[in-house]
Amino acid sequence: MISVSVQAEDFDPGAELAALERLGGGGIASFTGIVRDDGALSALHLDHYPAMTRGQMERVAAEAAARWPLLGLRVIHRYGTLPVGARIVFVGTASLSRVPALEACAFLIDWLKVSAPFWKREIRADGSGAWVEAKGEDDARAAGWEKD
Amino acid sequence: MMPAELRLLYFAWVRDRVGAGEERIAHPGPDCTVAALLDRLAGESAGHAAAFADRARLRAALDQDYVPLESPIGDARELAIFPPVTGG
Repeated sequence: MISVSVQAEDFDPGAELAALERLGGGGIASFTGIVRDDGALSALHLDHYPAMTRGQMERVAAEAAARWPLLGLRVIHRYGTLPVGARIVFVGTASLSRVPALEACAFLIDWLKVSAPFWKREIRADGSGAWVEAKGEDDARAAGWEKD
Repeated sequence: MMPAELRLLYFAWVRDRVGAGEERIAHPGPDCTVAALLDRLAGESAGHAAAFADRARLRAALDQDYVPLESPIGDARELAIFPPVTGG
């Protein structure tokens, strides 16, 4: 069960986890990304490439499902203007035991960060804004999952 | 069959600098690379020139697949130009 969503609406991590728990595995792992308050930030605006986003997320999901024995995999990524404290992204995995669930979850968020075509713009409390720059450390983390 | 037109899409600060999210141009032909097309487009306006000045900060996709800037455009119908992604 692979399920990928790109949406403006919020999601309910509890409901997503409960759905993964019903798949009969022994381990569920998840990551939820939140708009972090750095003191001056009021919101993040997430732009994306609609014709490409879903396909890229499905590719990453299929790669995770090929590498680890998963019973279920759920990925949700939001776009639009998201205030401080809002949920941005959810990755959840279900497997028979903890190791595949935890590893696949880390792989999914690391690869989504460098391959899903989203761009964040910071909107500050004073109304100014700036596009977030990509971080080399994110590329390095994602590269760490490359197969030998 | 070669498409007559190429649809150009811009995202994030590339869109801001160009001043538009989308343009349609006559297809430059299968052998023209993304980089060569950017060289040509940079002459269109000061905004295009600013958007395409720093190639190390640009990424490209042809028909929704990531490609290096050196790639020939081939028979693609859509070319997107954007900064490195920052989702997640």
